[in-house]
Amino acid sequence: MPAISSKSVPPSVAGVDRDLDMSAHSAAIQARGLDFFYGEHQVLFNVSLTVPERSVTALIGPSGCGKSTFLRTLNRMNDLIEGSHCVGEILVEGQNIMDPAVDVVLLRKHVGMVFQKSTPFPKSIFDNVAYGPRVAGEKNRSVLADLVESCLKKSALWDEVKDRLTTSAMALSGGQQQRLCIARTLATNPHIILMDEPASALDPASTDRIENLIGELCANYTIVIVTHNMQQASRVSHQTAFFYKGILVETGPTMKIFTGPSEKQTEDYVTGRFG
Amino acid sequence: MSSAGSDTPTSHRLISAPVSFVSGADRSIRRRLFLSRVFSWICRFVTYASLAVLIVLLTAIIWSSFGRLAFDFVYSTNSSNPKNAGMLAGLWGSFWLVLFTALFSIPVGVGSAVYLEEIAKDSFFVRLIKTNLSNLAGVPSIVYGILGYTVFRSAAAVLKVWFDGQHAFNIMGLFRLRLHKLPIYEDNILVGALTLTLVVLPTVIASAQESLRSVPSSLRVASLALGATRWQTIWRQVIPAALPGISTGVILSTSRAIGEAAPLIMLGALTITTMVPGNIDSPVKLITRPMQVLHAPLDQFTAMPIEIYDWSRQTDSQFTAVAATGIIVLLIVLLSINAVAMIVRHYASRRLKW
Repeated sequence: MPAISSKSVPPSVAGVDRDLDMSAHSAAIQARGLDFFYGEHQVLFNVSLTVPERSVTALIGPSGCGKSTFLRTLNRMNDLIEGSHCVGEILVEGQNIMDPAVDVVLLRKHVGMVFQKSTPFPKSIFDNVAYGPRVAGEKNRSVLADLVESCLKKSALWDEVKDRLTTSAMALSGGQQQRLCIARTLATNPHIILMDEPASALDPASTDRIENLIGELCANYTIVIVTHNMQQASRVSHQTAFFYKGILVETGPTMKIFTGPSEKQTEDYVTGRFG
Repeated sequence: MSSAGSDTPTSHRLISAPVSFVSGADRSIRRRLFLSRVFSWICRFVTYASLAVLIVLLTAIIWSSFGRLAFDFVYSTNSSNPKNAGMLAGLWGSFWLVLFTALFSIPVGVGSAVYLEEIAKDSFFVRLIKTNLSNLAGVPSIVYGILGYTVFRSAAAVLKVWFDGQHAFNIMGLFRLRLHKLPIYEDNILVGALTLTLVVLPTVIASAQESLRSVPSSLRVASLALGATRWQTIWRQVIPAALPGISTGVILSTSRAIGEAAPLIMLGALTITTMVPGNIDSPVKLITRPMQVLHAPLDQFTAMPIEIYDWSRQTDSQFTAVAATGIIVLLIVLLSINAVAMIVRHYASRRLKW
């Protein structure tokens, strides 16, 4: 198998070591033998993936390969799709979240999600960030104010919006809206953040900011990101998982996946020969 | 990701004979332009034609109202003398009817719409309900009048016997309202309002459903992903976002109840009366006479369209002016309600920060 030059892989963002040995980290998420069905149609086949704690795992693969579906099983957002069902086991910090006794509301507080399209609520910037804590029952105004400030700082938005927290979140630019959505997710104090193509609708400068943000956040959070952008996957992730037709073809340290993958399909995809 | 280059060399399209962009150069284009112009003229014609009919109608009504059009029309009750006949009883009757119709139909209608759009799983039964709602909206209101007669009026008749037996409010000595001293009727405001609720409910539900459907689903998904429950998502995100549409739609469909005469006549509403429900003939008495306010919903009534219908049937030609004045008052009331709907929409959407 021809080796791909590591020079062709773009440099990573600060805070991401792509050669890191993940086996040393404890697992935040362990999926075991996961099958997923939309009605009769099976979209995931026996997927087993371990996501190490405080790291970034990128899910790549062509459209319709099941990577977004896999992402949404991790906080049971697929429950919202009528007629779908899932077989297998997903352990989030040791607990099987497929267990019927699991409260999805608590799970989703713990496993936050950022969507492809930024979806700010038609409320003020403050109310957007404070929404998660508020639905969880937090009423104390000063606690909320502190939380909003710290989350906006963590998502690198504070300096841009600190003087207009009461104005509509809809007036922010696309990139700002997406960082607001990240801040909103951080406000529920999750351990794990799922990102479904968080930068695919953004311009290069905003994408750059989001990627740097991911590099900063992974010191404290476990991040799983779905992306169509191969350069992005190689820049921001420690570990990369390649999906194809509902099968998890290969998982490994990002540098290995992009320079010396074990599978031919992976190599063809990361070198742009198909997909 | 960069796309793989195509294997075949790029072919260059040769520029063919020069094209003229001068209007009318091509026969087929001339024909299409002509058709397009004819079409827009037809559309313009039908718009202005219906507008013209409306203007003619309004002018005719205003013209025939001369002779009775005066301010005392809205604060005098009906009379056999066309010079004195007024709409006070009908105005108050319609006020109470619309008030209670709104009280009944808004919670039931919005609640059903929220259930059908937000909570119910897609099942055969739910689809059956959704499909048949539009069928219900098409049912003539006289049919609801018959239904109201059989159900609500009969129930009121049973209650009347019960009240006349003086049992109701003496139980355990808790209530000493002595409501039985006031006459209770089976053709009362509540029976009329419940029947009108049946008439407007399908439209209320449909307009609330429409507004709920227009709320982007990304809002719901984002809320649920932040750990909100379904109830919190509906109450804090979906309903506020749909509120401008819901309130306007609901007010407009409820206001349709004002124009309904047929189901009320079916119920036995009074046609010729000087009686105002609960004897409350001015807004001040709504505050100063609480016992009468309590009694009004159980009192007999007439309504604006019923009075108009009655005047238009009178043989004395002077009543034509009375009927026309009644129509003008009815139209003014309807326009005011539409204005209220617009104001409510404005304030409901100002609270949202789109």
